[in-house]
Amino acid sequence: MSAEPLLSLKNIRVTFGGVRALKGVSFEVNPGEVHCLAGENGCGKSTLIKVITGVYKPEEGAEFVFDGKPISGMTPTLAQTLGIQVIWQDLALFSEMSVAENIGFQLAVTGKFGLINKRAIDEAAEKALARLGVSLDIHQPLKELPIAQRQIVAIARALVGEARLVFMDEPTASLTQSEADYLIGIVRNLSASGIAVVFVSHRLAEVLEISHRITVLRDGALVGVYPVEGMTQSRVTELMTGRNFDSAVIAADHDDAPVVLSVRNLTRNGEFVDVSFDLRRGETLGITGLLGAGRTELALTLFGMHKPHSGEILLEGQKVSFGSNRDAIRAGIAYLSEDRLSLGLNQPQSIADNLVMASLDRILSGGLISPTRKADVVSRWISELGVKIGTPDDPIRTLSGGNQQRVAIAKWLAIGPKILILDAPTVGVDVGARAGIFEIVRKLAAEGLSIIIISDEPPEVYFNADRVVHMADGRFQAVYDPRRASLNELESAVYA
Amino acid sequence: MKTLVQKFNAAFGADMGGPVIAFVAVMLIFGLAADNFLSMATFGSVAFQLPELGLLTLAMLLPLLTGGINLSITFAANLSGLAAAWVLQAHGGVDAPASAFLFACLAALATGAASGALTGVAIAYTRAHPILVTLSMMIFLRGLGEFLTRGGDVSGFPAYIAPIGHGSVFGFPIPLLIFIICVALWHVLLVRSKLGFGLLMIGSNMEAAHYSGLNTRKILVLVYTLSGLMCAVAGIIMLARFNSVRVGHGESYLLITVLAAFLGGINPFGGFGRVLPVFVALIVLQLLSSGLNLMGANQHLATALWGVLMIVVMAARTLASNYRIFMRKKA
Amino acid sequence: MRRLIQGRTTEFTLLAVMVLLCVGLSFGTDRFLTISNAFDVLNVSAVNIIFAVGLLVVLISGGIDISFAVAASVVQYLTVLALTALGGGNWAEGFLVAGIIGIGLGAINAFLVYRLQIISIVATISTFNIFFGLLMFFTKGVSIYNLPDWLSTRVVFYEHEMADGSWVELTLPVVVMILCCAATSFMISRTTTGRKLYAFGDNPEGARRFGINISAMHYISFGWLGLMAGIAGLMQAHYAQEVVPNALYGRELDVLAATVLGGARLGGGKGSVMGCVLGVLLVSITQNGLNLMGVSPFAFKMIVGAIILIAITLSSARFDKLLPDTLKSSARKGGQG
Repeated sequence: MSAEPLLSLKNIRVTFGGVRALKGVSFEVNPGEVHCLAGENGCGKSTLIKVITGVYKPEEGAEFVFDGKPISGMTPTLAQTLGIQVIWQDLALFSEMSVAENIGFQLAVTGKFGLINKRAIDEAAEKALARLGVSLDIHQPLKELPIAQRQIVAIARALVGEARLVFMDEPTASLTQSEADYLIGIVRNLSASGIAVVFVSHRLAEVLEISHRITVLRDGALVGVYPVEGMTQSRVTELMTGRNFDSAVIAADHDDAPVVLSVRNLTRNGEFVDVSFDLRRGETLGITGLLGAGRTELALTLFGMHKPHSGEILLEGQKVSFGSNRDAIRAGIAYLSEDRLSLGLNQPQSIADNLVMASLDRILSGGLISPTRKADVVSRWISELGVKIGTPDDPIRTLSGGNQQRVAIAKWLAIGPKILILDAPTVGVDVGARAGIFEIVRKLAAEGLSIIIISDEPPEVYFNADRVVHMADGRFQAVYDPRRASLNELESAVYA
Repeated sequence: MKTLVQKFNAAFGADMGGPVIAFVAVMLIFGLAADNFLSMATFGSVAFQLPELGLLTLAMLLPLLTGGINLSITFAANLSGLAAAWVLQAHGGVDAPASAFLFACLAALATGAASGALTGVAIAYTRAHPILVTLSMMIFLRGLGEFLTRGGDVSGFPAYIAPIGHGSVFGFPIPLLIFIICVALWHVLLVRSKLGFGLLMIGSNMEAAHYSGLNTRKILVLVYTLSGLMCAVAGIIMLARFNSVRVGHGESYLLITVLAAFLGGINPFGGFGRVLPVFVALIVLQLLSSGLNLMGANQHLATALWGVLMIVVMAARTLASNYRIFMRKKA
Repeated sequence: MRRLIQGRTTEFTLLAVMVLLCVGLSFGTDRFLTISNAFDVLNVSAVNIIFAVGLLVVLISGGIDISFAVAASVVQYLTVLALTALGGGNWAEGFLVAGIIGIGLGAINAFLVYRLQIISIVATISTFNIFFGLLMFFTKGVSIYNLPDWLSTRVVFYEHEMADGSWVELTLPVVVMILCCAATSFMISRTTTGRKLYAFGDNPEGARRFGINISAMHYISFGWLGLMAGIAGLMQAHYAQEVVPNALYGRELDVLAATVLGGARLGGGKGSVMGCVLGVLLVSITQNGLNLMGVSPFAFKMIVGAIILIAITLSSARFDKLLPDTLKSSARKGGQG
């Protein structure tokens, strides 16, 4: 590693509407280095990327040096000229265009005499893909590609721009493990060819595997820069949150309690096969496995959104068959979606409306919605789950991730469910606020609710469930009792 | 001043501000400019002209709130009017008994509801963009209407129908009363009914509403069916007012209804909006046109000014939100 | 070939439907499948096609415009008044004045949408009312029948009498229409500006992060439609040999339906000139064929409406299923994140 850093920032300050988003942060990347930028949501990671790419301007007193030269006014165009490329979390690709048009977009908008040279674009696309060692049909429309291949397209697009420093914003968030592994291989290739890569990721396991150094931000301030050697996941978490988390196994026996849900040989072709389990009153079942293991598909089938191809679902001994999720809700099955932003909650609408959305029938009086009963239900659940809000009429998007998730849980509790399925309940919830969510889950289980927790992070289910199922390739692989099996055993099975 | 604004918002809702300011401005400007503006004559002209545009705006309102639009409302109203006209003609035209009129109204409502339901089913089950479905529905209904009437008009109805378009009860115009009843119905529907709650929810995020167990398809079909029903009411009023039905009548109201709804604070992307501010916005539009009429200008100048008013209100909203962001940045 | 068809499903479907329709109609009436009738259809469709390719550019960039048809009426009126006042004028001056006024009216829409951040459907419904209201107010609804000679004289580039005594005529509106199609096609598919328009319509936030000039995109797309509307207005006046202030009122929705039928997507990022032309022609051919078959003119509007309704509903149903779920959810995530 050369002594001269490729990018060096000092004293970066940014203020939005009176809130200091960055409080004098420094940041350094060496040529060819894989660097990790870690921190909780809202710690200033994205703001820092946007300062580096010229989308935001830092306040007076900032020092910005790239490749030994001081830069005074960064703009998105200058950043591209210098070879600073960002692969945004949403990829910022154009879905109606072909693969080649996406990869060669830079060439397409800067052609000679304002004209497009289609052959040059195709050649550049082929070259960039060849450099990544990938073969894709470059004339295929982007919208036909799966998400992992679109990620490849975004990386190839960065390479066309003669990249020297590539930022990847949560690149593995929507990938399955094998896809993520593949991506990590590509990142190693880039690094070996002298391109510096800054990885912004919440999946700590990958971060530790791939990075040379880690920069941790908290509340818009620099916590420190650490070499990756000797770093553990819990240490990184501690640095990110500034707190220590002790975990203890809570598993207990529920053999005396009645069986609430029985699933027998449930199969949905191409999604999951031959799934069988029992869930008892007050019991918490954890399901873990990698993305694409069929977990969410199973949950959606139990929730009546999909029909199984074979197998049975028995609710309190009665065979049930749901025509839609409305039937499942009526039967007392609730499903907290993994995608809180677009499916779990109606973000623009008010806290109160979101809370009563699933339980309208319970607040009717004479066929009409009763405002007093609605207000009662809302205030009851807000206080019961300790949601911190301004007024119930505020849009729910103004709440933090943790508080939003509490409202989403309250929405389902308001229907008086027998079974609550929590799909990735801590996605987008700060590490510090996760414990609060699980405290609620435990309390609900103690009150007799049967719960299924689905998560791609084995520790989350290990420490919060009575039994943990490892799911892979659409099948239940094995059941673990946290009191007998170690977390290590579970993790090595999952990541094998 | 600030607390006054807050009190106003608490009492009437923040979306009432634009229409009320416009209302006061129009009253002031015309009250000063035309000395006969603040009179019963103005009230009368507004009261009789408001219902047609108003009922069509109510028909447009529900689809807009779901994030859609219904471009077929004017021709659905015409066709409903035609249905009623035929029932009357079949029962003796000018001499048709009152029972025939009742039957005629039912035929009109059924026609409106059927065209709405068809639109709703097409939108709910194919997920085609509502602009496209209702636009082609509009072209189809217009063609159907012109085919059935051969481009002419149908007239000759019993005399007792005229009061529905022109009459008054205790000095209160009957069409206005009908309109106010419909406004009240729509208000209750939106604020208190499950359907109203559901349609606002699907307006801002259809998938999230579906995941929470709302029957989004049923809601969409009902919304467009109700929209069609309201068109039928407008069609009956138009029949009574003009003593004839002609396809193309009220066509120019189509885009005005959208304008009135946006002026009344309806969110252009759906999900948010109330009936009362739209009601006030409609009164403003009608006052503007009546005021100009008094001053000797014609309806076309009023149309142009409606467009200007719309832009001023929308631009003011943009500037106000920019100003708020600016102030927050300074703070 | 497979690739060619795959990328242009809408266009090929339309073409197939059109061929079937033509075959059917040629059995129904022997007048249909003649060269002179084909030219008739082109002559009748020219103005709408010019409108459609202009509207296409706005749709590709993610906007919508309701005001262009009445804007064309304003252009007609102003151009004729201005050139008459200046002593008559000629074709060159006519195109220049009409183009400039058209671009100016388009720029008003761009200003409202970009500067004042009024969404395009609201902004253009407002300008629709303003343009039309002011035009009717100032003209008092009076038409101009006394056009300058150069404008009212038919210009025929090629004519030929067929064996059956009918005439094949290649008239000015058709030639202008072909030029407008060629220019639009070149602009949107060969130039960097065109790429940027597609990109902006496809993913505005992505385009912004790429440093694309958003203001320019608005002025170019609405300006281009303004230009096309101006030219179409002039052609319509030439074709009808009169300027009637409300002649084009209501045309905007017919053109919109035909354009969308041709595969342009509301919401942006998709659409081609070929599709537009086919969309307009399909409607005209249907009308023409029904007309020749002696169907009542009152009926064929209804039939055309039904065809558009079925076509749009079916194509939406199919395209929606083609779209992978992951794309839909990731697009939404992008919007929120």
